[in-house]
Amino acid sequence: MKPFDYTAPSTIADAVSLLSQHNGEARVLAGGTDILVQLREGLREAGIVIDVKKIAELRALDCCSTSGLTLGASTPCAEIYGNADVCTAYPALTDAARIIGGWQIQSRASIGGNLCNASPAADSIPALIALNAVALVAGPNGQREIPVADFCTAPGRNALAAGELLVCLQFPAPSAKSSSAYQRFIPRNEMDIAVVGVGSWLQLDESGQTILSARVALGAVAPTPVFAAEASDWLAGKPATEDTYRQAGELARKSASPISDMRGTAEYRVHLVGVLTQRTLAKAVQRAVAQRAAG
Amino acid sequence: MAAGSDQKKYKVIGTRPIRPDGADKVTGRAIYGADVQLSGLVHGKILRSPHAHAKIKSVDVSAALQAAGVLAVVTGADFPELKDKIAQLGEGAVNLAYLSGNLLARDKVLYKGHAVAAVAARTANQAEEALKKIRVEYEPLPAVTWVLDAMQDDAPLLHDDIHTDSMGNQSEKPSNISTHLHFETGDVGQGFKQADVVIEREFKTASVHQGYIEPHVATALWNTDGRLKIWTSTQGSFTARQQTAELLQIPVSQVTVVPCEIGGGFGGKISVYLEPVAALLSRKCGRPVKMTMTREACFEATGPTPGSYMRVKIGATKEGKIVAGEAYLAYDAGAYPGGMIGPGCMCVFSCYEFPNAVVDGYDVMLNKPKTQAYRAPGATHAALACETIIDELAEKLKLDPIEFRLMNAAQEGTRRVDGPVYPRVGLIECLEAAKASEHYQSSLKGPNRGRGVAAGFWFNIGLKSAATANVNADGCVTLLEGSTDIGGSRASIAMQLAETLGIAAEDVHPAVVDTDSVGYTDVTGGSRVTFATGMAVYQVGRKIRAQMMERAAELWEVDAASVSEADGVYSSGEHSLPFKELAVKLHEIGGPIVGSASVNPQGSSNGFGVQIADVEVDPETGKVSVLRYTVIQDAGQAIHPSYVEGQMQGGAVQGIGWALNEEYFYGDDGQMKNASFLDYRMPTALDVPMIETIIVEVPNPEHPFGVRGVGETPIVPPVAAMANAVYAATGVRMRDIPMSPPKLWKALAEKESS
Amino acid sequence: MTKKVQVSATVNGETVDFLCEPWQSLLDVLREELHLTGAKEGCNNGNCGACSVLLDGAPVNSCLVLAVEAEGAEITTVEGIAQNGQLHPLQQCFLEGAALQCGICTPGFLVTAKALLDQNPNPTEEQIRFELAGNLCRCTGYDKIIKAVLAAAKNLQEAN
Repeated sequence: MKPFDYTAPSTIADAVSLLSQHNGEARVLAGGTDILVQLREGLREAGIVIDVKKIAELRALDCCSTSGLTLGASTPCAEIYGNADVCTAYPALTDAARIIGGWQIQSRASIGGNLCNASPAADSIPALIALNAVALVAGPNGQREIPVADFCTAPGRNALAAGELLVCLQFPAPSAKSSSAYQRFIPRNEMDIAVVGVGSWLQLDESGQTILSARVALGAVAPTPVFAAEASDWLAGKPATEDTYRQAGELARKSASPISDMRGTAEYRVHLVGVLTQRTLAKAVQRAVAQRAAG
Repeated sequence: MAAGSDQKKYKVIGTRPIRPDGADKVTGRAIYGADVQLSGLVHGKILRSPHAHAKIKSVDVSAALQAAGVLAVVTGADFPELKDKIAQLGEGAVNLAYLSGNLLARDKVLYKGHAVAAVAARTANQAEEALKKIRVEYEPLPAVTWVLDAMQDDAPLLHDDIHTDSMGNQSEKPSNISTHLHFETGDVGQGFKQADVVIEREFKTASVHQGYIEPHVATALWNTDGRLKIWTSTQGSFTARQQTAELLQIPVSQVTVVPCEIGGGFGGKISVYLEPVAALLSRKCGRPVKMTMTREACFEATGPTPGSYMRVKIGATKEGKIVAGEAYLAYDAGAYPGGMIGPGCMCVFSCYEFPNAVVDGYDVMLNKPKTQAYRAPGATHAALACETIIDELAEKLKLDPIEFRLMNAAQEGTRRVDGPVYPRVGLIECLEAAKASEHYQSSLKGPNRGRGVAAGFWFNIGLKSAATANVNADGCVTLLEGSTDIGGSRASIAMQLAETLGIAAEDVHPAVVDTDSVGYTDVTGGSRVTFATGMAVYQVGRKIRAQMMERAAELWEVDAASVSEADGVYSSGEHSLPFKELAVKLHEIGGPIVGSASVNPQGSSNGFGVQIADVEVDPETGKVSVLRYTVIQDAGQAIHPSYVEGQMQGGAVQGIGWALNEEYFYGDDGQMKNASFLDYRMPTALDVPMIETIIVEVPNPEHPFGVRGVGETPIVPPVAAMANAVYAATGVRMRDIPMSPPKLWKALAEKESS
Repeated sequence: MTKKVQVSATVNGETVDFLCEPWQSLLDVLREELHLTGAKEGCNNGNCGACSVLLDGAPVNSCLVLAVEAEGAEITTVEGIAQNGQLHPLQQCFLEGAALQCGICTPGFLVTAKALLDQNPNPTEEQIRFELAGNLCRCTGYDKIIKAVLAAAKNLQEAN
């Protein structure tokens, strides 16, 4: 591996100035579960690695029923799914956090890192898109917000400009009778890259019988994770039934433009989009209803 | 549970003591190959080919030699000229030029990952960085990675000096087919005429890897006195010594191999890869050189087992009697000749009485790493073909699949297609145990669920083993053996000596020692250690016993003929002492008591097994879940039942992985696309249920305690058992292995639409 | 050229100082500098779990941690699981249950299983299989490993 230096700033300002100072030579280290492998395998290079885990804002995990969730970019998965409030309010997020690698990976890997790595098959990103998360980014010219749906630009590429740092992800407060789910298909039961991943969020009406609005997002079926707009829009006002989920699955397939590779053929992936859309919608409804009963 | 007959009463055998090396292995103290530390140690790394097939036009190492920390660089030219040198390396004659060419390529690279040059430097990272400075000029050639493609006349040719050997006749033109084997018994044409039902099917299997968790590693020190010492993780320290000596053209006694603890092998750690290269680097730089392989290199340049194409036809009468079989097996050998086709041909019909059979086998070279043994090498492929056709025949004949197998099961006197006639074997007992098992008797309810069974056979070899035991002053016995311990064999060997001497298992202290410290011992492979090394320590025990009796007579001043021994107690008239107490007294009055023995049993101990799989298939995704799994096997006599069960469970789970998801994915460029544990999908703990075991014990008449090897048979039935279970669950016959979700989903969709 | 960094950490209850390259992995430093070779390198990219150690109580792949990140941290390796010459119940149950064959994956399994029992003293078979899925074993088929963890959990509960 090409040697690199290491630094661990404790403020966002310091991190941003380090990034600018080492323009192009610096890589951000959160959990390291992607970047260290890439550096070792020569897929990326670094002159210096900037460890952002000592910056308080990047370790945030603030879950509030009125203001929503603020998730620091380097907060590890295990901490996220270890938080009961987050599990209740944002189950698609914790579904994903629970299956990114094994436990050893989850102790380190962060959702921010998963997002910045911008893999088309990243498990957390469809969940983030479904949950309508927004990325808060700090840079030399101050802070800005980027909806997660617009964050990934190509495989391994993201919308961060030179010198910019992902600080946190902000999730809207959960609305009444809403819930979510993320599922992926993998050949094994753990330790695998998604062949297809689907995240679904929805809100039911007062009666729990009708879907008021929904967001469905897909992974591993395009160069970036995608928001299945047609399916999501169509779901508004539909009854919460298996037939609805199946039809939504059919529509979601239209948003998929996968390739064939060793993990699956394009045909198989498109088919799985339908299956997983149906299953995640059913799961999200089940959770929304259960929550209503419990609440 | 143990079933069988002629059960002798043993004191030690059949118990479950804690393994002698256990404490070291649960505290992190055991020294594996990568844990070796030596004064002045430096690190070696290997430059590997980025091409699947290319001519090497030039190699320029000058810049690497100038790089920071670099001490030495070697290329294929540093090996002695070995053209046409043949060596006997335990498993038959080996052309040394091919072996050395696999370690460091000379004129051509034959697969992606083929080693081209090696660097030694002060740190591993310096060695890695220096590799980037080696300039290799390649002329890429077309590559071929599927066995049937490689057999075509116009296929890219790997070696222009290899002609097809067909029963001793050489083909005129050079070919990728190195060998054509042919076995025949009876009259196949007549046999098929008697058949009421004939089924013929084609099968394809992908290459799979042994998947040991410890990458290959070796440390070599070429000392100033010319002696070469090697620390390595190997299945055979003596065969590693011999291969290294032959490749370097130095006398075998100039080399000492120190076997470290070994992190899995399954057949893949018999051939040397790093040892001679580390030795060459050490000779150049005068320092001990440690080399460890990356996981990627393990996949791309070691193992795997062959990919295969098979076409098999079996005929039976309506009464359920098999009358004829015909098999065409083409196995890939990887980049050099000498794959696993021989055992594949011998195993394909090995479980049943085939009065008429013919088998043709082809050993085919292509642009993949040289194949290596993987647990019953070649047998799993063949069993897939035979056992799924047997399942179809049983269904057609409306017979229970176990019943049909029982009606045709190989037994004492059955002649295998390649000639040998079985002595007493335990297949019928295994089938009976399977039939009677709670698992088979239980009903499997629910949609998309199915049960499959399959049988399997492996030879289990004997070969050379040596051992020495010293009786200590406290009456405990130190045992020196040459069999490297991969799965608890220290325990099973020490227990056989303890049983022979009539002492407690804990009173025998086994040590796996280097090649200077014990007699020649063949590899830990072929399911031979508990059998053959066990025979050696039995003889060691008998020799110690004889000395003890003689010496007791001196102690007691009685006639030697009057001394007897039973259950470890030595007696003569009013004198009587157990082994340990007698040993203490003997130590006080005379010289040390030492026993040594060597054995070389020939032939095979014939291990049979049967497995039962219950699966559930998700019809929407094609994913298979294993609900319940039972392994039934004849162990002859289980020495340490826990480790016998462990072999059965481990082999079955490897086979489940092979059946469902493990495979080498090759791109059009001939390059492997999934050389990592992430994308080469071995089962995790979450992918399998508990694996139930039934040990059947039909004692092997060729062994003092009745032992049959157990390590390999368990991987023979699983792929077929899983395929039969998937059929039962879905009505779809999968003959393209692995039955990965995309393939099974496609097959289900096609069935739906037809 | 990068400069070596001095790091202070607590390893198996003892304070240790070491020098490392800023790019070196924790696994590399544990093995090569601190001579704690219990953690094994199986893949060097986080897919096999043989290098598992506890970092501030959480199981991590030490091949995917930089040694410099260990500054101020508490690390437990397999060498630190036995206390005062007494094997941990997990180690004892692995031995009694023959839960290892070649033993190369054993340190990683013990470390992860210890983290599991520390957090959940009474796990189900399914929970054990899930949490140990990041540790590959190629010899045992997992059966005896899962049973050993269940047995150790039972022994620990009975002892308390």
